[in-house]
Amino acid sequence: MWKWLHPYAKTENAYALCNTLLPWFWAGTCVFLSVGVVWGLVFAPQDYQQFESVRIIYIHVPSAILSMGAYVAMAVAALVGIVWQWRTAFMTMIAIAPVGAVVTFVALFTGAAWGKPMWGTWWIWDARLTSELILLFLYIGVIALYGVFDDKQQAGKAAGVMALVGVVNVPIIHYSVVWWNTLHQGASISKVDKPDVADPMLWPLLICLAGFAFFIAAVSTVRLKSEIVRREMHRPWVQKLVSNDGVSSDAI
Amino acid sequence: MSSLYTGVFKRDLTLAFRQKAELLQPLMFLVLVVSLFPIGVGPAPEILQMIGPGVIWVAAILSSLLGMERLFRDDFNDGSLEQLMLSGLNLNLVVAVKITVHWLVSAVPLLLLSPLLSMFLHMTVDMYIALLMTLLLGTPLISMIGAIAVGLTVGVSRGGVLLALLLIPIFIPLLIFATSAVDSAALQLPYFSQLAIIAAMLLLAVAFSPFAIAYSLKVSQN
Amino acid sequence: MSGLSASKLTCIKRDRLLFTELSLQVSKGELLYLRGPNGAGKTSLLRILTGLTMPEEGEVCFDGLSIFSPDSTYTDHLVYLGHKSALNSMMSAVENLQYWAAQHSVSLSLQKLYDVLETLGLVGLEDVPVKFLSAGQQRRVALSRLWLKPAELWVLDEPFTALDVEGIALLESLFASHCSDGGMIITTSHQALSPSAGKHQVFDLEYSL
Repeated sequence: MWKWLHPYAKTENAYALCNTLLPWFWAGTCVFLSVGVVWGLVFAPQDYQQFESVRIIYIHVPSAILSMGAYVAMAVAALVGIVWQWRTAFMTMIAIAPVGAVVTFVALFTGAAWGKPMWGTWWIWDARLTSELILLFLYIGVIALYGVFDDKQQAGKAAGVMALVGVVNVPIIHYSVVWWNTLHQGASISKVDKPDVADPMLWPLLICLAGFAFFIAAVSTVRLKSEIVRREMHRPWVQKLVSNDGVSSDAI
Repeated sequence: MSSLYTGVFKRDLTLAFRQKAELLQPLMFLVLVVSLFPIGVGPAPEILQMIGPGVIWVAAILSSLLGMERLFRDDFNDGSLEQLMLSGLNLNLVVAVKITVHWLVSAVPLLLLSPLLSMFLHMTVDMYIALLMTLLLGTPLISMIGAIAVGLTVGVSRGGVLLALLLIPIFIPLLIFATSAVDSAALQLPYFSQLAIIAAMLLLAVAFSPFAIAYSLKVSQN
Repeated sequence: MSGLSASKLTCIKRDRLLFTELSLQVSKGELLYLRGPNGAGKTSLLRILTGLTMPEEGEVCFDGLSIFSPDSTYTDHLVYLGHKSALNSMMSAVENLQYWAAQHSVSLSLQKLYDVLETLGLVGLEDVPVKFLSAGQQRRVALSRLWLKPAELWVLDEPFTALDVEGIALLESLFASHCSDGGMIITTSHQALSPSAGKHQVFDLEYSL
């Protein structure tokens, strides 16, 4: 059933696949992100309670959703690597990791910035912000673990185990934090940060979500390409690629 | 067959008792951290009672991180681990035995110290019973999850701080449910559900962690 | 097919291709002497042959059965001695070896253990914690495993390190007797084996970029 995937265990094929997909990812990014951001920030109605500041949800919500999504993608790549012993899967995992960490940071930053007009303070131990913060720690752990190994194949396996341990924990952490939050803070705040998303707001939000997803995919793919080239520098096919690069400007 | 694993058990226990100082240091650290709080926050019993469960649990997690490295470090450095992997024993069971020993020599003294700590922080008897229950369920969980990270970082020379970086976020749910159980006990509320959740996490770890640890030890041999 | 056979092994370390398409075969009564410059991958090859490391590609078989197959009894037939002595410094030689023998399900009488340590010139040092022994003495304790476990295949990584002349002679004569009994040895060494080690094949690993 998964046979069609197997050729991409070879770095050369994975690199070619990246080249095929990348233009589509960039195209998707341009279309969805520009439409979604303009619609959301200019044309969508403002909230009756939060006025213009509600528009930050067009950045905050997609990045919060996709920070979790990127972590799951990373864990899936790690699982593939551990089960089938693929070098490219570990490379994919580590290509996604810093991108996911940055997206998590964006979610945290926009969340904090949103909190200022809403709650009058930059930071509040609200459930979503807290679990995003812990998610950022998990990302940093995976990246740091990858960094300390000299042998990057070994590093990939080790970081992969950590990513899997993390992904089992992400839902546990999320629900425990939500539960902890309601226990300590009561329900007074949680109503404010979840405005009822009406239709005119939903569509630009979904388009922004797609735009962010394409953007993350595109950046991860670029990172994967450079990871492959860096790790396989001495292989004949990379050497050939580099020598061709003088003629065509297509590569890397 | 099981006599082979008791061999591993006896060896680890023997070694632990020859390195008593290394076992006692994390415990001393625990007592020191806990006694810092009355000094730092002030000795008012009601405040200490309020922060008590959180303080003891945070200190317990930190002190267990300090002693965690012992689990595989020496065996890795002197090569005993590679001989163990070539012995034909089931590595999953071997790590389960090693974790059991580690728990016995690191967590059981902690449990014995817990009355002293709860006295320091003016906890009531109900709170202490709840604390003891959470420690009883939570410390094996710490040992098992911790062992995964120790296995991953054992081949790395600069592994100490990294271990804390990897593990602390993972232990947050445990901290939340454990302290909440003790808080509930303080209010005379039932806390069975919190204990049940910790027990569920423990069972999950029992089921999966030996495989993860065995895999990470194999990775360390690459 | 009896003996150890490795086919089409590829090993990548730190993104460097150490060797590829490497095949070798060791049959009963043979000593394989593995040579190569530093960094050529001798240790990596030995670790792949023992099963400690997975090769990137290729397969290692013992008596025709893959060493990773669940039915394999490979570890019962193998003694591997690496760079590390696998001796815990807090325990004595006797304790270390007893626990090792227990793990490898070798039944071992205390008398035999003392006899072997005597052969190796370690009389009086049996109960001293290993950390008080010299490097050469520690190496001798590590090597005593060759006498203790009745295994056909020995995989040895630089076994002569830190040994004195007598120790080297002792080990070489052991090699010769092990091979004449139908055993197999794969070893690396920086110095050439002397004729007293018996006849041996040489396998050269080259340094590749």
